[in-house]
Amino acid sequence: MATLTDRRIVDCLVENGIGFATSVPCKQLAGVIELVENSKSILHVPSNKEDEGMGLCAGAYMGGIRSCIIMQNTALGVVVNSLATLIQFYRIPLPMLISYRGEIGEKVACQVEMALHTKAILNQLHIPAYHFRNVDQLEDLDSIIKHSYMCGKPVAILADAAFWRSAE
Amino acid sequence: MIRYDVLKAIAPIVRGRLVVCNIGSPSQELYEILDQPSNFYMLGTMGLCSSIGLGLALAQKSPVVAIEGDGSVLTNLATLSTIANNPADNFTLLIIDNGSYGSTGDQPTYAGRKTSLADVARACGCESVVECAAEQTADELEKALASGSMTIIVSKCESGNVDVPVIGMDPCVIRERFVGEINRLGEARAES
Repeated sequence: MATLTDRRIVDCLVENGIGFATSVPCKQLAGVIELVENSKSILHVPSNKEDEGMGLCAGAYMGGIRSCIIMQNTALGVVVNSLATLIQFYRIPLPMLISYRGEIGEKVACQVEMALHTKAILNQLHIPAYHFRNVDQLEDLDSIIKHSYMCGKPVAILADAAFWRSAE
Repeated sequence: MIRYDVLKAIAPIVRGRLVVCNIGSPSQELYEILDQPSNFYMLGTMGLCSSIGLGLALAQKSPVVAIEGDGSVLTNLATLSTIANNPADNFTLLIIDNGSYGSTGDQPTYAGRKTSLADVARACGCESVVECAAEQTADELEKALASGSMTIIVSKCESGNVDVPVIGMDPCVIRERFVGEINRLGEARAES
């Protein structure tokens, strides 16, 4: 069931002209994905794997529709090549809404393994990353998305367990 | 016929159309045969040609032809289920299936052995799937574009490449002129 926080996130995507979204599910993102699926303003095309999603987003963007990807941080290893050789090489803006599994409050030990690499991968790729620990930080989402389109780069919003716990 | 011959045969059909072309030899050969602003050449990212093509077809109305390879589709096999479940009637996926990884030394792919990409596409739920001999590719592509419904064509050809240079164009130039053509075709469509 979507929360008010989920609604604020999706409203912000729509207000920024995002009309295409792809996603690979995460429990923390379930509410956002539900709203995106039911949105009249956003065409939602679920992906089987996140690199496929990067391709869909690149195509939609060139077709004139702003796009975003909704994914889990555990998949960052999967998309390194797509980010470097497609999104960055062709200079395609791409907001990435990422559930930051494996941070403080995580219940599944294995999730911590990729959490340890999450920021390192993003830093290595020179992708601006914004770590959301509290729902109050949502007020920055609008300017983060605008930043992505201003500079023509991917940006990562990492929303961790504490953020989702503070959801309204 | 090898891939180069297939590309030559379809060149008059894709002239002026939006084309997303697979990484490596396919893009390099197409660049030599028919360079045009409406070609999007993939310079990297194995496997995503069909995904880019589908995203583009869903986002706007002009017909899109994605020229894939068997090796590339095998890399991103689940793309066929995404395509089947999100059909775009302005989308044609042409898989030039030469049973080999052409750009890396013609190592055999599983599509050249037991795996039928046409059967996989059908099993994924794609409704209009055609497998044809290389010689029939141009006819099948013409039919697919005239049908106004999403079609997957698997063109079975021989393995082999033509020695052509790599594409030296800047990726942002490729993207910008491609987007320019998308917009121009969209405006022409709106006026007609």
